[in-house]
Amino acid sequence: MVEIADYGERETAWCPGCGNFAILKAVKRALAGSGIAPHEVLFVSGIGQAAKAPHYLNCNLFNGLHGRAIPAATGAKLANPALRVIVESGDGCIYGEGGNHILAAIRRNIGLTVLVHDNMVYGLTKGQASPTSGPGFVTKAQPRGVASEPMNPVELAVAMRAGFVARAFAGLPDHLAGVIERALSRRGFALVDILQPCVTFNKVNTFAWYRERCREVPPSHDPHDRAAALELASEWGETIPVGVIYENDRPPFEDRIAALSPGPLVGRSLDRKALAAALEEHY
Amino acid sequence: MPNQVNVLVGGEAGQGLVTVGELLAGSLARSGYSVLTSQTYESRIRGGHNTFSVRAGAAEVLAPSESADLLVALDGETLRLHSGALSPGALVIADGALEGRPSGALGVPFGELAPARQANVAALGVISGALSLDREVVRKAVEDRFGRKDAEVARQNEEVLRRAYDWFARSGARTLTLEGAPRAGRRLLLSGNEAVAFGAVSAGLRFASFYPMTPSTPIAEKLAALAEKLGLVVEQAEDEIAAVNMAIGASFAGAPSMVSTAGGGFALMVEGVSLAAMTETPLVVVVGQRPAPATGLPTRTEQADLEFVLHAGHGEFPRAVFAPGSIEQCFHLTRKAFELAERTQGPAFVLTDHFIADSMRTIEPLDVESLEAVGAPREDVPVEEPYRRYRLVPGGVSPRLLPGRTKHLVVADSDEHDEFGHITEDLSLRKLMVEKRLAKGAILREACVPPEYAGDERPEVLLVAWGSTRGSALEAARILRERGARSAVLHFAQVWPLVPEQFAERLRGAREVVCVESNATGQFARLLRRETGVEIARRVLRYDGLAITPEYILRELGSAARS
Repeated sequence: MVEIADYGERETAWCPGCGNFAILKAVKRALAGSGIAPHEVLFVSGIGQAAKAPHYLNCNLFNGLHGRAIPAATGAKLANPALRVIVESGDGCIYGEGGNHILAAIRRNIGLTVLVHDNMVYGLTKGQASPTSGPGFVTKAQPRGVASEPMNPVELAVAMRAGFVARAFAGLPDHLAGVIERALSRRGFALVDILQPCVTFNKVNTFAWYRERCREVPPSHDPHDRAAALELASEWGETIPVGVIYENDRPPFEDRIAALSPGPLVGRSLDRKALAAALEEHY
Repeated sequence: MPNQVNVLVGGEAGQGLVTVGELLAGSLARSGYSVLTSQTYESRIRGGHNTFSVRAGAAEVLAPSESADLLVALDGETLRLHSGALSPGALVIADGALEGRPSGALGVPFGELAPARQANVAALGVISGALSLDREVVRKAVEDRFGRKDAEVARQNEEVLRRAYDWFARSGARTLTLEGAPRAGRRLLLSGNEAVAFGAVSAGLRFASFYPMTPSTPIAEKLAALAEKLGLVVEQAEDEIAAVNMAIGASFAGAPSMVSTAGGGFALMVEGVSLAAMTETPLVVVVGQRPAPATGLPTRTEQADLEFVLHAGHGEFPRAVFAPGSIEQCFHLTRKAFELAERTQGPAFVLTDHFIADSMRTIEPLDVESLEAVGAPREDVPVEEPYRRYRLVPGGVSPRLLPGRTKHLVVADSDEHDEFGHITEDLSLRKLMVEKRLAKGAILREACVPPEYAGDERPEVLLVAWGSTRGSALEAARILRERGARSAVLHFAQVWPLVPEQFAERLRGAREVVCVESNATGQFARLLRRETGVEIARRVLRYDGLAITPEYILRELGSAARS
């Protein structure tokens, strides 16, 4: 039996009122609820305020470079598929700096649970636009407002047939914990885009702004229905649907690698006879 | 009878030059000769002008040669470009359909001997006839290459080979039979890239990620071919940044890992090098140099990334940089890179270049069954509780556990961190962590491979070389010696760290020191001055994209060296 308390309590470096607190709590609940013990899980994060989150719970952690959490996590998962690997980072890290990697990870359907704290702004570097910032969003770096269109990561992931795609909101903590738990129950790639306010640098997308718009996906929605999922994923305005948007049964990448069928790479000893045999064709 | 022969096969891309060259090299190797191949080609799949040279002899062949003893022209361009490089008494074999064959050239009716797609087998037959190679050895080499899967193709190959041999015998042309008894016993024929790949696997490699880039792609392709049988994961990443971060993630989780790339790809990996150092994660990086900046000359050779690799990565941390000068060193130093990456928990480099990457040479059999997997992490390291990944210990090497393999939690951070691996801004701890990481440099200095000294004591000319120019430097020194000049070579197969006590006296003991390197500014000479205070004023540099040959060194040394 795994308890939430097993994941510990630590002092954080976040601003009071930050959405990260609710996400951290929901992650612990989901892990405990899934019966995953701290030593069984590897968190991989990048750089940003969200990327600090795994430092605040008991777990194995590789806190790597900005934007590069997904490739580092992919390597770890391939070395040891028995590890539960969770990527946790922010919108700037995963969708901006790491954009190419999320595309490749979705294509692979590598067994990672990817939790993205999406506050539509850069917090650590003090308030520049992120890939999900709304059009016209004014910052010190974009004084005339953001000129680019925001990306919709959920729509993108559904369009690419990601294994599991969900959106959640830090202001609905029970629902959020439930969605993360469902993501954790999946094999293959699972994306949870978690909407959260940045109380310091985003005065537009506040708790109240989200609360007015976020509506739970109706129980009638079938996440296996891709057309319906795309429709739901593209909805962004008066209402923003939160919940499990899309899922399918693609086999995880690691299941398709022959060298992994005998088990993890880690701990294997060198087959010297096979190596000698491989050299034979060079004589 | 020559004691050595250099066969130069020239033609367009797509004519099967590499097949002819590799089969010829394999047949010569199986006939007991020492063989070295070299290639020049353009960055295109069809057309252009390419060459494949095979140099062979009973005595050890160490370097490529510029002059052709047997020129095989599959196109007119070969005749035009290489007729000037013929050695005295050279034999020229050309497609009989080509205009402008020099007098005495043997025109081969390839069209009559074989259908177009088997013209390369016909060429092999004629060349093998000219070299008096045993027909059965050549037949077996062809069979081993193409397999017996398609019986009809195998039969046709045999028939083409027979016709080509017979045609040569009937032509009455003289042969270039190699002098000297071929040696008994099997020898391996490997390229630098293949030797790196096998060295890595023998050291315990489990994970390799890459993004295709000449000249290093064949390393990953070789590993991919071995993956299933040897239990390796080889992943083509979405870009080089992903490749290096994947390798670091895999290594952190316990799989000895390597990335292989060229200078441009390595430029993208550089932040990852720093990450491996900060998180103290073993990582082997193979950089195959080619002419730069930017895309440069993609299929040519150069040694201009030395300073780049030496300094790549922001911040200060120890590293080892190997620069193999032979196929044997490609194998053994890649193993050593894995061993040191694991022992120091950080990055180690193998710096090759295009020339050695795809140059094949015969070497003594490798007894891989008795080699240890020196790069594999130990899982039985004793730890104190609570476990601290970055425990401050004398020597700086903290006990490394693997995540998920014990009940202990393993935390690594690219931020400065405390002993547990958690992010910190404790500045006194920062200082201790810097010192801990740098302390591991002592392991590298202690394990440093000393440069190889070969030749006369107190030489008049000392050629200093590093990496792939070893063979050419050794042969140039031998020729100088034959001409009466006391000569020697000091070759560095490890270019960082340098331990001056191992070699500084050699630099001071020579009348003249000449640094030989394939770059325009003498990067290694500069490094030696920085580390030893010895200024090497005389340089033999090459940066036109071609490999340094013995002839090139001798030409550049000019009359002064011959006096």
